[in-house]
Amino acid sequence: MDFQGFVITLISIITLFSITMFIALYSTFAERKVAAFMQDRRGPNRAGPGGIFQPLADGLKFFMKEEVIPVASNKFLFVLGPSIAIMSSLMTGVIIPWGGQLIVFGNTVSLQIVDLDIGILYVFAVLSVGVYGIMIGGWASNNKFSLMGAIRASSQIISYELSMGFSIVALLLVTGTMSLHEIVERQHGMNWNIFYQPLGFLIFLICAFAETNRTPFDLPECETELVGGYHTEYSSMKLGFYLFSEYINMFISSAVMVTLYFGGYNFPFMDQLLHATGSQNLVTIVGTILLFAKVFFFIFFFMWVRWTIPRFRYDQLMNLGWKGLIPLSIVWLMLTAAGVLFFKS
Amino acid sequence: MLTSAFYLIAFITIFFAIMVVASRNPIHSVLYLVLTFFSISAMYIFMLDATFVGMVNVIVYAGAIMVLFLYVLMMMNLNTDAEPKKSNLFKITAVISGGMLLLLIVAALHDNNLVNANKSTLANEKIGSIKVLGNVLYTQYQLPFEIASVLFLIAMIGSVVLGKKNTASQTIGNEVLK
Repeated sequence: MDFQGFVITLISIITLFSITMFIALYSTFAERKVAAFMQDRRGPNRAGPGGIFQPLADGLKFFMKEEVIPVASNKFLFVLGPSIAIMSSLMTGVIIPWGGQLIVFGNTVSLQIVDLDIGILYVFAVLSVGVYGIMIGGWASNNKFSLMGAIRASSQIISYELSMGFSIVALLLVTGTMSLHEIVERQHGMNWNIFYQPLGFLIFLICAFAETNRTPFDLPECETELVGGYHTEYSSMKLGFYLFSEYINMFISSAVMVTLYFGGYNFPFMDQLLHATGSQNLVTIVGTILLFAKVFFFIFFFMWVRWTIPRFRYDQLMNLGWKGLIPLSIVWLMLTAAGVLFFKS
Repeated sequence: MLTSAFYLIAFITIFFAIMVVASRNPIHSVLYLVLTFFSISAMYIFMLDATFVGMVNVIVYAGAIMVLFLYVLMMMNLNTDAEPKKSNLFKITAVISGGMLLLLIVAALHDNNLVNANKSTLANEKIGSIKVLGNVLYTQYQLPFEIASVLFLIAMIGSVVLGKKNTASQTIGNEVLK
C-alpha cells in the first residue's frame, strides 16, 4: 500500500471510530428520551439545554466510579471479556459502504474503508467473535447469575445466527454477490432489495434484535431474573464497555440492514440529481446523509420496540428461533431459489 | 517477506496449539484452541489469499463449534479436587496412541510429495476466491461435495434420533420399575 492510501485509510478509520462512538454515546441519550416520551415523562433534562450533555456526564461518572474486580474471579479473563465485546462491535464498521465516491483535491476517495469480495461473511465472522466477549466475561465473574446470563446469551446468539444466515443466503441468491459494495450498487435508485425480500428482511430484523440482545430478546441481562445478567459483577468503565458495545451493535446492525435491504446510500431520483447539478460529490453527500437518516430510523425502531413489547420467556425464545424462524427461513430460501430460477433464466 | 510471514504465523499457531495441551484450566485450553483456529485462518488469508476459507473457518470453528465447547465446559464443575485421578496406565496408553498417530501422519506426508503436487494449483493465484472455489466445487468435485453434504445430513438426523431414543428408553425403564 502506498503512503497516500495508508494516510487516507488511517484518517477514515479514525473518523469512523469517532462517529461510531459519538452515535453510541448519543444513542444512550436518545434511548432515555424515547423511553420518557413513550411513558409520558420528560427524561434527562438537567445537563445542558434539554439535557444534551447528559451522555458526557454519564461517561464521566463511569470513569470516576471505583473499579471492582471480584476476588474469586479469573482476573485476566474478567478484563478480557468487555475488551473483546467492544472490539468486535467496532470491527464491523469498516466493511460497510457509508457512501459513494468523493472527489477531494482530484483524488477519488471511497467512503467504504475495505471492500472485501466476501463482505457478508466478514460481518458474520465478527459477530461470532462477539459472543466470546459475553461468555468470557460471564464465566470469569464467578457468579451464578453472570454465568446464567452468559449461557443464555451464547445459546440465543447461536440459535438466531442460523436463521439470519438463511435469510442472508436468500438475499445472496437475488443479488448474486457477497460484496457489500456490489450489493449496494445493484440497488441503484429505488431498486431496493426489500421489494424482492420482504419476508427475508423480516426474519433478518427479528434475528438482529436477538443478536444484539435487545428487548424482547434481552434475556441475557433480564433484570427481574438475573440481577444484571452477564455484567452483574462489572463496575466502572468495564460495565460501560458492555453497555456501549450493545449500542454500537445496534448502530452497526441498523447500518447492515439498511445496506442489505434498504439501498444503502441510494435514493430515488439520484440520477436526475446528478444530471441536474453535475456534481458527483453532492450526490454522494446527499446519499450518505440519507443513509444515516435510514440508520437513525432503525435505531429509533429498536428503541420503539424495546419500550413497547414485553420480554419473552426463555422457552418461547427458543421455540420461536428453532421451530418458527428456521423452518420459515428455509421455506423462504426455497421460494427465492425457485423465483430466481423462474425469472432469471 | 512471504516466507517470514509464514514462519511467524506458523510459530504463533504451534505455540497456541501447545498451550491448548499445556494449560491446566480447561477453559483456558478452549480459548487457546480458539486462538489456534484464528491463526490458521490468518494462514489461509495471508498465504493463499483464501479469504473465503479463512472466514468460514472463523465462523464455523471459532464461532460455532468452540462456543459450544465453552458452553459445555462452563456448566461443569471445574474444581481441581473434583477432577478424577487418572492412572499411569491411562497416561501411557494416551502417549502411545498419540505417538502412533504422529507416525501415521508423518508417514503419509513423507510419501506424498506435496510440494510438487500442489504447484499446478498454487500457480492459479485466484484459487482461494469464492468464484473459483464455487466453480470447482460444483463442477469438478460435485460428487464428493454432495456426498459430504449427505454425510452431514445423516449425522444431523442421527443425533436427533439418538436424542429421541434416550427419552423413550427412560420411560420404558420407568414402566419396568413399576
